[in-house]
Amino acid sequence: MIRDITIGQFYPAKSRIHELDPRTKINGTFFFILSLFINQSLITYGLAFLALSAVIMATTIPVRFMLKGLKSIFIIIMLTIVLNLFLTPGTTVLLTLGRFTITSEGLQTAFYMGTRLIMLIIGSSVLTLTTSPITLTDGIEALLKPLERIKVPAHEIAMMMTIALRFIPILLEETDKIMKAQLARGADFESGGLIKKARSMVPLLVPLFISSFRRADDLALAMEARCYRGGEGRTRLKQLKYKKVDFWAYNILMLYLIIFVVLRFI
Amino acid sequence: MSITIENLNYTYSADTAFKMQALKQISLTIKPGEFIGLIGHTGSGKSTLIQQINGILKPDSGKVIIGDISIFDKGVDLRSIRQKVGLVFQYPEHQLFEMTVFKDVAFGPTNMKLQDDEINKRVKHALSIVGIEESLYESSPFDLSGGQKRRVAIAGVLAMMPEILILDEPTAGLDPQGRYEILDEIQNLHKSLGITVILVSHSMEDIARYVDRVVVMDKGEIKMDGLVKDIFKETEALEAMGLAVPQVSYLIQALNKHGFNLSEDIVTLEEAKEALITLLKRESE
Repeated sequence: MIRDITIGQFYPAKSRIHELDPRTKINGTFFFILSLFINQSLITYGLAFLALSAVIMATTIPVRFMLKGLKSIFIIIMLTIVLNLFLTPGTTVLLTLGRFTITSEGLQTAFYMGTRLIMLIIGSSVLTLTTSPITLTDGIEALLKPLERIKVPAHEIAMMMTIALRFIPILLEETDKIMKAQLARGADFESGGLIKKARSMVPLLVPLFISSFRRADDLALAMEARCYRGGEGRTRLKQLKYKKVDFWAYNILMLYLIIFVVLRFI
Repeated sequence: MSITIENLNYTYSADTAFKMQALKQISLTIKPGEFIGLIGHTGSGKSTLIQQINGILKPDSGKVIIGDISIFDKGVDLRSIRQKVGLVFQYPEHQLFEMTVFKDVAFGPTNMKLQDDEINKRVKHALSIVGIEESLYESSPFDLSGGQKRRVAIAGVLAMMPEILILDEPTAGLDPQGRYEILDEIQNLHKSLGITVILVSHSMEDIARYVDRVVVMDKGEIKMDGLVKDIFKETEALEAMGLAVPQVSYLIQALNKHGFNLSEDIVTLEEAKEALITLLKRESE
């Protein structure tokens, strides 16, 4: 029922992109997103589009699967496009529909905003689709490490993220289970107005909260029983290590950014 | 009420990398008033199958016919099917949510839009079946012990007075006394009201003790279907599927290997006791 959510989901496959170190991918995603904000022009967006397509091809993940992630935020994208289309002030009027006018500036902004949003989301879902949650948080922890000097609790942040990510599928499964159990008792989650619908959520939410607290309690106890006491002196099973692929990936990233910056100043 | 299942197929997460076919061409007929045991290794498709019987999961293809209604046809009200086919999930105590025990059990009957006095009658009846005393009716279900919670949750399904009752490992995690009490109550219900019962269990002892007919599933298919005493003769086939026979059966087999001549139909402790006493008496004479 609710297993169709793809954002943040990991898609296991064998590809160059999957092999990359999580730090490389996080940096890559970060700079890709940054590049979308540096420069707005047909050429740069074309370049970004090409780069993104090449990466997607390299991941071997079906494009259809990637686009599925867009479905859930389709409304936001449409809203952005429509609002920008009609509400951007401009001089060159292209079309007048009653009280609304479409200007060429509006058309331009709407186009850029729309593509930027779509590329942002696909770009970041490439990161999560090709990196397992555990590796991802390892990468984040490693990148945050230097900030520990200024008292940023890098390990704790990463641990919290790991646990939160780990719990998403468990909670989804639990919701599914409780929902089915209440359906078997004749519960009705679909029909009725807003208030009736909200009320019908009680038989779902109460057990869900209770089980979340119980799980959190159990986990805390289990961690404590295994002498967990924060990140200090903690070693890890899988050490992050840059490989040759990462070297090439960074080179390609650099080249991409240089072209972007150069295009900005021509 | 009879259950007829025809060529049922079901796949989890179709169209993704995690695709898994959980049921393959399942066909099964259950007559009214049968007490069926459903066994199989973890992941064999038992839980998936029972969720199709009351329409909580929709199959990719195939039919489920309850009585004379094919439940996945257009225009069939699945909620009325779910009242006739009561399903008790694994760890049903996790579904409790109301302020009091009474209100929680009343959730099902209330959803059936019954009259208040009928609801009262059913709730009290259901709670008395599972052995929850009247003094607990107004306490919070979360203050009860694990075993009591389980009983209240089972009562929540019984209060809908289903004609078919499906239980997915109702005794998992209970102590021996608690499990026999619950299963005895269900057996009584089966005998007195003649309802059809499907019991999913990992305990071969429970299956041997309560069930008439056993259906064995493996990797999404029905591999065996027959009377308890016949199924539990197939020790090797069951072990190959990661299952076992009751310990009593192992004992009988071991004794027979050492020259005893005991019937292989013996699957429960009581039967074994009887047989051994008769045997010993005969020898001493």
